[in-house]
Amino acid sequence: MNVNSNAYTYTFATVMVVLVAVLLSGASLGLKSKQASNISQEKKQSILASIGIEVDRSESDAAFGEYIKQSLTLRGGSVVSEDASAAFDIDMAAAIKAGNMDRSVPLYVADKHGDTYYIIPMRGKGLWGPVWGYLALESDGNTVVGATFDHKSETPGLGAEITMPMFTEQFPGKKISEAGMFKSISVVKAGTSAGDYAVDGISGGTITSNGVNDMLTDCLAPYAEYFKNI
Amino acid sequence: MSTEVKQKESLFSKKNQRLLSDPFNDNNPITVQVLGICSALAITVKLEPAIVMSLSVMFVLAAGNVIISLIRNLIPNRIRIIVQLVVVASLVILVDQFLKAYAYDVSKQLSVFVGLIITNCIIMGRFEAFALGNGPWKAFMDGIGNSIGYGVILIAVAFFRELLGSGALLGFQVIPDSWYITNGGFYANNGFFLFPPMALIVVGLIIWAQRAKNTKLIEEK
Repeated sequence: MNVNSNAYTYTFATVMVVLVAVLLSGASLGLKSKQASNISQEKKQSILASIGIEVDRSESDAAFGEYIKQSLTLRGGSVVSEDASAAFDIDMAAAIKAGNMDRSVPLYVADKHGDTYYIIPMRGKGLWGPVWGYLALESDGNTVVGATFDHKSETPGLGAEITMPMFTEQFPGKKISEAGMFKSISVVKAGTSAGDYAVDGISGGTITSNGVNDMLTDCLAPYAEYFKNI
Repeated sequence: MSTEVKQKESLFSKKNQRLLSDPFNDNNPITVQVLGICSALAITVKLEPAIVMSLSVMFVLAAGNVIISLIRNLIPNRIRIIVQLVVVASLVILVDQFLKAYAYDVSKQLSVFVGLIITNCIIMGRFEAFALGNGPWKAFMDGIGNSIGYGVILIAVAFFRELLGSGALLGFQVIPDSWYITNGGFYANNGFFLFPPMALIVVGLIIWAQRAKNTKLIEEK
């Protein structure tokens, strides 16, 4: 058999591609449920971290059940569903494509040592890819108790610093509304923040900081509408 | 399909042992051939990802070498590079999927670098230079040898970077708290070690030490 003939080369390539495709799709299907559970555990871990509860990923399922009392779905400022798994499964990447009053978004209601907290998921654009995070509010639906941020591919040492305590520790105590009007929290040039409605951005990470600023405005607005009425 | 007859030498003959030991010193893929440097810079900030990366490369290189070696007489010459790429890419995707399922936190730290094993020149280099012309057992030994040579350097660099940059090893703090300036001590972590250029400098120092010891490696002018 001539292994360098055209017919053989085509046959070899075809057989190889089919074999590899079968093998890889088999592996992907077989491992999918395990991978999905890792991702959902990590999500629960970051939701809990926004109200200051740090747990290991393996314990996040139990802790989530313990602290998160309600998972609501909001649309345009009013509750449309109280089904917990429906709210948890909302894909924020898809949701933010709609205008911020037209989208269905989750709101997690937590009970930590008798205090009620509201946890808001956010998602927006950084410099290189998506940024996302969770912002936790006190029971007044206005004062921030904590925030966590994460990103896919921001620049290490610059934009990627949004995940660091240096940035996130500025949020507790800030407010999102003034006298019932939604104001959001601005991310401003590093060193110039003042008052209850602004935090310092990352110097050298301006585009990521602006992305976080836009994300806060865009994603908090629908909730501010809801909190007016509680 | 017919050349497997003449191999009468024992599995661990001198020649086969050299396949394992050469990459360790005289023919180290990183410090002598200077291959695979980009991953050596990227994932050596901490020991754990460096170890996982070394093991992943070991799996991909050993398994890939064996596969290529087994089908070496069936591969049409004109598409052999493509075939090699398909083999390495499939193995890497398998590793990536397994890490995501069973070592999620590590897979997050390694992120794109698992995928970049595909472009690690050590792997294609060994497929092309060795596995295409040798039997499966030798190819396996060569794969293990080269990935150990790669892993040793990776782990050595990560050891220094994590120790001096974060004061920890494998995530456990080894520099006592009381030494730090913030606690009234005299010590501060060297933040520069967390950045890639320091990995290059550490690799350079290792190459220097290796050449000082093994003068055979020094090129004549």
